Amino acid sequence: MELFHNLIFGFSVSLSLQNLLYCFIGCLVGTLIGVLPGIGPMATIAMLLPLTYNVPPVAALIMLAGIYYGAMYGGSTTSILVNLPGETASVITCLDGYQMARQGRAGVALTIAALGSFIAGSICTLIIALFGPPLANMALKFGAPEYFSLMLMGLVAAAVLAHGDMMKSLAMVVVGLLLGIVGSDVAYGVKRFCFGFFELTDGIGFVVIAVGLFALGEIISNLSDPEERVVFTSKVGSLYPTLADLKQSLAPILRGTALGAFFGVLPGTTPAIASFGSYIVERKVAKDPSRFGHGAIEGVAGPEAANNADAQCKFIPMLTLGIPASGVMALMLGALMIHGIQPGPTVMTQRPELFWGLIASMWVGNLMLVVLNLPLIRIWVGLLKVPYRILFPAIMVFAAIGIYSTNNTSFDVYLAAIFGILGITWRMLECSPIPMMLGFVLGPMIEENLRRALQVSDGDPTVFLTRPISLTFIIFTILLLILMVLPSVRKRRDDFTG
Amino acid sequence: MKLELQNNRDFWAGMMLIGLGAAAMFIARDYRFGSALRMGPGFFPTMLGGILIVFGLCIMATGLRSKEKFQGRLSLRALIMLPLSLILFGFLMERAGFIPALVVLVFVAAASEKGFKVLEVLLIALILTVASTAVFIWGLGLPYPLIKGF
Repeated sequence: MELFHNLIFGFSVSLSLQNLLYCFIGCLVGTLIGVLPGIGPMATIAMLLPLTYNVPPVAALIMLAGIYYGAMYGGSTTSILVNLPGETASVITCLDGYQMARQGRAGVALTIAALGSFIAGSICTLIIALFGPPLANMALKFGAPEYFSLMLMGLVAAAVLAHGDMMKSLAMVVVGLLLGIVGSDVAYGVKRFCFGFFELTDGIGFVVIAVGLFALGEIISNLSDPEERVVFTSKVGSLYPTLADLKQSLAPILRGTALGAFFGVLPGTTPAIASFGSYIVERKVAKDPSRFGHGAIEGVAGPEAANNADAQCKFIPMLTLGIPASGVMALMLGALMIHGIQPGPTVMTQRPELFWGLIASMWVGNLMLVVLNLPLIRIWVGLLKVPYRILFPAIMVFAAIGIYSTNNTSFDVYLAAIFGILGITWRMLECSPIPMMLGFVLGPMIEENLRRALQVSDGDPTVFLTRPISLTFIIFTILLLILMVLPSVRKRRDDFTG
Repeated sequence: MKLELQNNRDFWAGMMLIGLGAAAMFIARDYRFGSALRMGPGFFPTMLGGILIVFGLCIMATGLRSKEKFQGRLSLRALIMLPLSLILFGFLMERAGFIPALVVLVFVAAASEKGFKVLEVLLIALILTVASTAVFIWGLGLPYPLIKGF
């Protein structure tokens, strides 16, 4: 059984002392920022990326992934206890989770959320292990035209399915592609858009742009629109669900996992969409829908499983195809590249320890979160009361040192300041920086594959339509665009994501 | 009916995109365009610039039709002070050392918030400086002088 062989190999990697430690740090930091207001996984991963330069890529990725799903987890804790979603993915959990807390069943809600996430995480680990290798094997046969079309489809799908104005998202992808090709041209070595700064020869630093847009931009917008946080802590109560609770939760957890896994591999969808979808499904199938909103345990179990499944399955296109399906995955790709690993289907064959180790670590990490968080809940709740005016200078310190230490140059710090201002300008214009980030990461690869595809075909652009796999991707891309322009779909999408 | 362009959000979004696209195309004129068979360094940026201009025009047109206004508040103070704190940090890192750069960073950043209290910020600056010196300089061994000249 190759599957088990691979998984065992993965566990042997992820259970090494160093990797366990990084997994633990990741989960801890993730939970922390999930609980803390005003700082999300994007900014945190970007800021902590420079700290991983000196560790092996496996350990780095394990930690960054831990931050990601840890944050999801921390977000649901605050949703249940204080009705404040730490992350957007846990907005839905507030509805019934907080009601359960008010009925003195906060402990049960937390346990069910943890169990749901854990079961979803376990199933998704298996899904990735099952579907990853065949997908990567298929992609290994891709030539430049297939790759170009695949990336095009990925970017268009991410822009189209994401929240917000579709046209602006597409435009921001193009802005990202342009920023991505700043620096020495791969094929000819011509310095493009460097404006005479030798610091730009290697391109705009990945950490610079991510920290500038997401950490700095986030702080400016938080300070512009201060949120009043009034924290009413409910009593946690017993942590142990009754047998009836478990029975009631099992089916929603499984349905949520399936839904989350489906949405997970689609580019552009956020975990919030998966959890929202799961909530709707549970309310539809429930015998007595009126219980929802009044502490129905299914309303916690389903969405929590769904958002965790979504978060984890987002790794499938990233690890097997090198396509970022979300902003966080763009950061993960960036982390791979910083460590000198070319993302794509070759990761699995050339760096099996990275692929399988990371997958197994997600299961380990999910287990850690269950064990770690339930006993520590009081500490997390205490952290909720940390005022933002103390928090944001600390974030700034981390951001500044992180940027500076990447290349030991002040130039990067100045550039990040500019991107902070750009980020807030884009926010004001409702142009999301996330699609831009996806374009930024893929920019050089798209250009390279376009160039090679056209070379193979003697400059004939129909090459993308005459090769069957490439044609399939192009057709999907066009279908997506057409679907979204249809008024009825458009309206439903706005209801769904907005 | 007066055309209110100054707070028309999508009009400005379109302008921004057109500006970026035009700038990209203008700068890319200096790079060899090549042909489809042999894409020169100017091919891709020129193409992207053109696409951006088209998107920009469409979004501008939407804006003129929908007249969507800017939403949300923007604190000018934060917009100026936070980037400034980073710039000062970068400047001082090269001239004065790690500790002065950090202290100035924390003070200027903290000043971007209205409830600025000197004593509290002093305390935060102290804690953060000690903690980051311990973690980054002693722990991770980053090679920065704490104070230049000492």
